[in-house]
Amino acid sequence: MKYEAVIGLEIHAQLLTESKIFCGCSAKFGAAPNTNICPVCTGQPGVLPVLNKKVVEFAIKTGLALKGNVAKRSIFARKNYFYPDLPKNYQISMYELPLIVGGHLDITVDGKAKHIGITRVHLEEDAGKLVHKGAAGLKGSTGSLVDFNRTGVPLMEIVTEPDIRSPEEAKVFVQELRNLLVYLGVCDGNMEEGSLRCDANISIRKVGQKELGTKTEVKNMNSFKSVQKAIEAEIKRQTEMLESGERIVQETRLFDDTTGTTTPMRSKEEAHDYRYFPEPDLVPVEPDRKWVDEISKTITELPSAKKTRLMKDHGLPELDANVLTDDKALADFFDECLKLYKNAKNLSNWMIGDLTAYLKAKKIGIKDINITSAQFIEMLNLIDKGTISRNSAKGIMVKMLEGGKSVNDIVAESGATQMFDENDLIPVTAEVIKNNPRSVTDYKGGKEAALSHLMGQVMKATKGRANPEALKTLLVKELRK
Amino acid sequence: MSIKYAHSIIKSMKVTIKDVEHVAKLARLGLTEDEKKLFTEQLSRILGYAETINKLDTKNVSPTSHLPAGRHGAIPMKNVFRVDKFVPCEDLKEIVANAPKEDNNMFSVPRIME
Amino acid sequence: MELFELTAHELHAKLDRKETSAEEIVRSVLGRISKVENSVSAYMTINIDEAIIKAKEIDEYIASEKKITPLTGIPIAIKDNMCTRGILTTASSKILRNYIPPYNATVVEKILQAGAIPIGKTNLDEFAMGSSTENSAYKVTRNPWNLGTVPGGSSGGSAACIAANEAILAFGSDTGGSIRQPASFCGVVGLKPTYGRVSRYGLIAFASSLDQIGPLTKDVTDAAIFLNAMAGHDLKDSTSVDLPVPDYRKSLIDDVKNLKVGVIKELLGEGIGSSVKKSILEAADLLKKLGAKVEEVSMPTLKYGVATYYLLATAEASSNLERYDGVKYGHRSSVADDLIAMYYNTRREGFGPEVKRRIMLGTYVLSAGYYDAYYLKAQKVRTLIKNDFDKAFSKFDCLISPTAPSPAFKIGEKVDDPLSMYLSDIATIPVNLAGIPAISIPCGFVNDLPVGLQIIGKAFSEEMLFRVAYTYEQNTEWHKRKPKL
Repeated sequence: MKYEAVIGLEIHAQLLTESKIFCGCSAKFGAAPNTNICPVCTGQPGVLPVLNKKVVEFAIKTGLALKGNVAKRSIFARKNYFYPDLPKNYQISMYELPLIVGGHLDITVDGKAKHIGITRVHLEEDAGKLVHKGAAGLKGSTGSLVDFNRTGVPLMEIVTEPDIRSPEEAKVFVQELRNLLVYLGVCDGNMEEGSLRCDANISIRKVGQKELGTKTEVKNMNSFKSVQKAIEAEIKRQTEMLESGERIVQETRLFDDTTGTTTPMRSKEEAHDYRYFPEPDLVPVEPDRKWVDEISKTITELPSAKKTRLMKDHGLPELDANVLTDDKALADFFDECLKLYKNAKNLSNWMIGDLTAYLKAKKIGIKDINITSAQFIEMLNLIDKGTISRNSAKGIMVKMLEGGKSVNDIVAESGATQMFDENDLIPVTAEVIKNNPRSVTDYKGGKEAALSHLMGQVMKATKGRANPEALKTLLVKELRK
Repeated sequence: MSIKYAHSIIKSMKVTIKDVEHVAKLARLGLTEDEKKLFTEQLSRILGYAETINKLDTKNVSPTSHLPAGRHGAIPMKNVFRVDKFVPCEDLKEIVANAPKEDNNMFSVPRIME
Repeated sequence: MELFELTAHELHAKLDRKETSAEEIVRSVLGRISKVENSVSAYMTINIDEAIIKAKEIDEYIASEKKITPLTGIPIAIKDNMCTRGILTTASSKILRNYIPPYNATVVEKILQAGAIPIGKTNLDEFAMGSSTENSAYKVTRNPWNLGTVPGGSSGGSAACIAANEAILAFGSDTGGSIRQPASFCGVVGLKPTYGRVSRYGLIAFASSLDQIGPLTKDVTDAAIFLNAMAGHDLKDSTSVDLPVPDYRKSLIDDVKNLKVGVIKELLGEGIGSSVKKSILEAADLLKKLGAKVEEVSMPTLKYGVATYYLLATAEASSNLERYDGVKYGHRSSVADDLIAMYYNTRREGFGPEVKRRIMLGTYVLSAGYYDAYYLKAQKVRTLIKNDFDKAFSKFDCLISPTAPSPAFKIGEKVDDPLSMYLSDIATIPVNLAGIPAISIPCGFVNDLPVGLQIIGKAFSEEMLFRVAYTYEQNTEWHKRKPKL
């Protein structure tokens, strides 16, 4: 490889607050156009912004989780440019003095650990949405319509150092950052819906070279996969250009998921002059030690620490630990269950397997079901004791999840207890032996498979309640007769 | 971190027509040729006068980017917040009613050229 | 005396004694307006029907023995850069020619709650940019003392209203002197409160770190009453200060014994008219006679005020005015084939020359390459000016100066020379830069045109200002003279 890629990411996360950053309108997604607006977020003459405290709290929480420094004093600034989705034609953002400076996020790519530095985290307001008429997008449109519902939704911008070296690293970083934000409860991390957005700054240089190459900015990557694909495409494009003697032009490029390529956004436009200056309508944010400490106490175990704990303390394999930590609610449920149950691997199997399958099929999350950790463990205990068989347990679990009844109640109702007692099994077994003479002959002739068939028949007749070990012992005994 | 504003040398007072055209573009302000000439001259004069503040030594002075002060005039304001609560707006219809051109409850604008 | 000639406190006393009604008061003021408004042209909008309806409601309210406030039943004029829900608000600009705000400014809400009666919206320099009200895109307001002269600006309409008795109280706004200078030109009382004392929510922004709303009144007592009603913390304005509002009427004491009054040397020097100087020095002498300790004080950085102001205020203004683009409200050009054309033409057609000039200046000051040299430098000089005032207030209880270098100038006299117009704000501008309060009260006449005395105090010392102003007023007769209309 002649060239190495140098990549930095800019991530915008919509914060999960009740109201917008500077006014009391709802920050929730999906309302009919211009029904979630007020004089402030539509930039009426004479209005003023007032900062939402929770927005600051969420950003500080994120900064602490990223091991960054909470600035003693941070200032909002106006970023001036004209566009119809920006009602004041300036965006209130932060410039010289952001809220968080420094920090890092450690990721693992191909089993190797990588330390990605964070330059800064700051707050700003989102813009509105444009719908273009007469064409699929902007190009060739006859006009546009503006919906201000989204203006003023709080955004947290996270800028990384240019420490990323491959498209895969970038993808993993975005995934890990997303998990972190979901864990902290500050963002719902949905790239497809736009609550998490990613832009990349990409340049390449000869391996060993100290200076950075000319960078381009790539936008419009709407999924983790796109992040990887787009960066791959751009690195390829820049490499080809340099190898054929061409110079890279500093520009903004848009990724097209269908073609898998990037195209320039504005080829001849001069760089924007945003004329940043401190926002006079807002006062500085100076979080004191006490507040920062209170916020840091609300940070529960982070995904990386959780993964390590599950592997180290509970001996789970990496695969299990990954699946469990990816879904915070599932991981929380897991931890609760662990308080009542020792066999972590068995618990993990049930949760990653049948429970997750059920949740996926119903398209719900663990928070939506009616089951407590105590109830779940009750079921596992009964299986361990042998009161119910593994097979019937699956059906019982579904009943439990749907109806919220305790496992004991369900078992009592359906009479689903396992049959261990020979005396219970003999009648059914005898019946099956009588009705399957060929299998009996086969078995006596040495075909072990025939035994399985006979066992299956008994299982069917007992609706899965026969205890496999007891049944096997009994059948073998009976067949010897 | 004044990366953008690295110019610390004071530019010459001469404001040119090119400057005026550039600034008018930034401000999305359509100017006639006469206005451009007039503003070039007036801006030069006004900025020339404004340059008098360069006589003052401000090396160790911090800028006043924010008022107001507290009771004793010395403590600057900080940390003004509102509670994260949804407050319904009573004036929704009036806001959209002011649209110079409205379409389906949205603000209609002419085509945006690339 | 006619009802329209009285002050708010006199009318309140009459209402309290049931000697008159809100409707009588409103009709008296409306009658006066119909007689003199053609000459003065103070108003953009007059709410005749609504005012009478409101007056009748107030009278019913009073009749049911409910407690009345000092503002109940009092007709108030509102400068047309303050948002009034459902009532045309233009900022005297073509770009807002049809703008109906969907909300009330906080101070408007407050006076409505207090039972006051909005009479109409007054004329101003477009977007409050100017010192004569000649920059209005709609009409020229005339000074009631001499209809060939300007009423001052930018709150010229409000000041003229009070002088002509076309309202009992009037709201103004002050960014570089826009309440005090017209008060001075029109022989009325005008106060710019400490920055943050009065909410800016609903005031169409010019320069956010300098703007303040304040009262224009016939006497100092009315100013105290009006400030009581409008001042106070507002959750909708992050720059409004959370300090309790004292009852400013308690400061109306006729006593300045042993108060230390500083006369600002630099504001009695070159550039100030000799007759104006004379009036100020006579005022200083009177205060001395009344027991104050009057001394000269030098404030060497004041002379940089105008330059600093025109860099900072225009920079903030250029950004505040970006929202006027034809997308959401107001004027939209018909020459609008595409978005850029719409922006350029809307703003070209909608803004007057002074506004354009300041937008150009401000945009230039903030643009890449000039920020450090202009904007940042000006912010630092602002600190120096503040420090100068802090030093002065460590020695003095208040400072005095002329409000303006001259009395009202002729209509049309300064329109062609913007810089000369800017320099006439030399005494008022530093006060806004420092964020401190100041009041202008009548203190004499030059060629039958009023002269104003400016009294400046440190932050949140409006009580001191009222005390000194009230004492001076009680010992002079200037405020009793009225223009012949």
